[in-house]
Amino acid sequence: MRSTYLASSRYHLWWYRRMSDLTQIAARIINEAKDGESVEAYVSRGVDTDVAAYGGEVESLTQASSSGVGVRILLPSDEGFQVGFSWAGSLDDDAVRLALRQARENATFSSVDPYAGLAEPDGFPITKLALASPSFSAMTIDDKIALTLELERATIAADPRIKSVDHASYGDFRSETAIATTSGIATSDERTGAYLSVSALAGDDTETQSGYGLSVGRDPYDLDTAVAVGDAVERSTRLLGGTKPLSGRVTMVLDPRVSASVLGQVAAALSGDAVARGRSFFVDRIGEVVASPLVTLIDDPTDMRFFGASAVDAEGLACRRNVLINQGRLERFVYDSQAARRAGTQSTGSAVRGGFAGRSGAGCQALLLAPGELDLDALLAAVGEGIYVQSISGVHSGVSSVSGDFSVGAEGLIIRDGVLAEPFREATVASTLQRMLQNVSAVGSDLTWLPGLAAGLSVAISDVQLSGR
Amino acid sequence: MTELIDLVPASTIQAVLHEAMGRGAEFAEVFCEDRVNRSASLDDGRVEELSTGAERGAGIRVVVGGTTGFAHTADLSEASLINAARTAASVAGGGAAKTVALGSPQHHRAHQSRGIDAVATAEKLALLKRVDEVARSEGGAITQVQAGYLEGRRRILVANSDGIFSTDDQVRTRFNVVCVASGDTGLQTGFESAAHTRGFEMFEDIDVDEMARLAARRAITKLSARPAPSGELPVVLANAGGVLFHEACGHGLEADHIVKDSSVYAGKVGELVASPLVTLVDDGSMTGEWGYSSIDDEGHPAGRNVLIENGILTDYMWDMLRARKEGRPSSGNGRRQSYQHLPMVRMTNTFVMEGAEDPDDIVAQTSHGVYVAKLGGGQVNTATGDFVFGTTEAYLIENGKITAPLRDVNMVGNGPEVLRSIDAVGSDFSMVPGTCGKQGQGVAVGCGQPTLRLAGITFGGTAA
Repeated sequence: MRSTYLASSRYHLWWYRRMSDLTQIAARIINEAKDGESVEAYVSRGVDTDVAAYGGEVESLTQASSSGVGVRILLPSDEGFQVGFSWAGSLDDDAVRLALRQARENATFSSVDPYAGLAEPDGFPITKLALASPSFSAMTIDDKIALTLELERATIAADPRIKSVDHASYGDFRSETAIATTSGIATSDERTGAYLSVSALAGDDTETQSGYGLSVGRDPYDLDTAVAVGDAVERSTRLLGGTKPLSGRVTMVLDPRVSASVLGQVAAALSGDAVARGRSFFVDRIGEVVASPLVTLIDDPTDMRFFGASAVDAEGLACRRNVLINQGRLERFVYDSQAARRAGTQSTGSAVRGGFAGRSGAGCQALLLAPGELDLDALLAAVGEGIYVQSISGVHSGVSSVSGDFSVGAEGLIIRDGVLAEPFREATVASTLQRMLQNVSAVGSDLTWLPGLAAGLSVAISDVQLSGR
Repeated sequence: MTELIDLVPASTIQAVLHEAMGRGAEFAEVFCEDRVNRSASLDDGRVEELSTGAERGAGIRVVVGGTTGFAHTADLSEASLINAARTAASVAGGGAAKTVALGSPQHHRAHQSRGIDAVATAEKLALLKRVDEVARSEGGAITQVQAGYLEGRRRILVANSDGIFSTDDQVRTRFNVVCVASGDTGLQTGFESAAHTRGFEMFEDIDVDEMARLAARRAITKLSARPAPSGELPVVLANAGGVLFHEACGHGLEADHIVKDSSVYAGKVGELVASPLVTLVDDGSMTGEWGYSSIDDEGHPAGRNVLIENGILTDYMWDMLRARKEGRPSSGNGRRQSYQHLPMVRMTNTFVMEGAEDPDDIVAQTSHGVYVAKLGGGQVNTATGDFVFGTTEAYLIENGKITAPLRDVNMVGNGPEVLRSIDAVGSDFSMVPGTCGKQGQGVAVGCGQPTLRLAGITFGGTAA
């Protein structure tokens, strides 16, 4: 991660020498800006390998590369800017030129927006993060295939109740991104990643339960087959014999993966853009107690422990640590530069975007719920009676970051006398996100690093409605 | 616009297939795609950021035994395609090259529109501005209106070593409205969308004002909604609810889950798997519907496939790979998000055929339960059959009458059990569009059903 506006001229010289061709492409694009225009170029490139195993054979082997560019052009007027955007799934000169032309043309049709504008360099120092592993390329395709076949074999061999493996796969990627703007931003970023994922089917002729396991890292050597296998096997087998539970008010303990997923929904309501547009249940709540005092929620993409750690945001500003909820009190939302202007504040380095074709917006990038004191056993003992939710479903159809309404499918285990007891399935749990935050009664110490937006840990939430029979 | 067949001439395709089959492969395929997308959104009263995007490229697939090799490239030159073919073919151990004979390409066109360039941008944006005005006029409680317009043209070319050589030209248009209403009880949202495999002429049949009013009313109504019930009760689903079948059995009838024995419907052909009132069809050839195309992404003609007939399971949905293993034809259900993805078994337009009952009578004959006027999305675990699907507009039914509005919730059920619990099917069929996600790939699908009643399903609200 490097930035031109950071340092000395000597640094500049060194930086320019190692400037990748992506950075040059981005620089060339913004040089096409006409008088008064503001231009942003987001250029990226990646290579992927995916291996899937089934029945002791390679089911598929995918090797591919892709690249693309997104161009944003802002045309000035008295009251603000008109914004146009275009993208191309190619870095060919023709495709890039077409993208520029179309972005410019699109801008002429949009409304004048007083809050529009590119990010301005804010002097916030960029943390140096080693997100690209030097060992990334060391593993051969044959070894990746062997790793995938072993993942499937080990899963089936782990427990006699495992009937088959629905999918077992290995994947890795290397990606580079460069951002340049006429407002003075020029950054680039390179990262690598690898994962193993396996879905086990447990049971017999009369019943099947599934469980998913994974291991992620920055290169193939980070991966731990035993972790992926252990998770998939434990999660599928312990649901066997599960039945529909009795409806009632209960305390639920969320498994780390589930808490990460729920935090992802809370995150959507913490977007400064959603708040400024009146689409968040946190509107007008800054400074208020919105959660249990056990809840301290921090967004910190510079924390290398996150798989999705990042030194710069999607507008090229330095990522930084933002404390959003501090011991239950709502302190801050996350802003990109546009949402910040709308709200009359500064960017928090929180621009996010789904690749070169995606639109940039404000969002959390690496959410950490501050861990508590209790390990899972102690937490279950403290809860005494309730349910342990191993997985949830229907998050996109049953959770709203606008109203806060929360209703999801759930499966897991009953907690009885402070320990995990029999499994349940085909149930829902419901509350509102607002109430759930207030009802956090314990936060576990079992911090778990997962791919995706949030880190997971066990969390106990009281007084939710379990619906079953 | 340049046609794909001009960019990638038949002689190039022949050479690429020859390369792909060069190491003893059993099957090889070239899939070329040229896609243009345009979108505009209105938010906070302003047309924000119009976007145009373009991509083209090719995916090359080689099959040998149970193994598929796949590579893709954004560079459609012969040298680049040959290189990709060589990479894909690396899964083959070596063996005799097979000659591939290609005839002339069969050209198809999955729309009647003049194309996406024929209508002025200003005319499209006028629709968005209109929606903002109409939605806000529904009441002061409407505090935010978001509307989106999306149009896309996707041209594909598929050629394979079995001799398939076809092209299709697909134009799709989508329009959606999301309103936020604000009141003493907080914020609520209302959503409405329309999407077809058509061009701008779609709006001759779609009233965007009515869409805006519906979305606004849904949001306003929910401000006074009470918490939804918790537990099992009868549910009447209006005809905007096809996603029930998409989740309850659609995914479970996809042959990739069947051959891996990871579906509760595996081995059940010929058995009664649903109420005899249920006949379920998947039909990729329904002209103009969101999941419509002339051919699937493997070059097979899209067609009508009856999956469940009067409650009896008749067949699954098949792509080329799964059908080949079983020695049967593909059902035209091999689809992929883009040239960068491997095809797999996917639904197209999936629906339950209409029945005989008057929808009003179905409600009147339900003494106590819930009326779901509109569904959101859903999710299924095909291995267990357990699935959820969410409401976006629902009401209590008391003494056979629709009464108080309810807040949004998910319902949870088990596919085969829910299908058996259907005890009334109405005569008012309709389709709704959606995006179906499977293993990270999104494709356009249609879901359809008439009004129907589930004798009992678990409602996931908070009210005891």
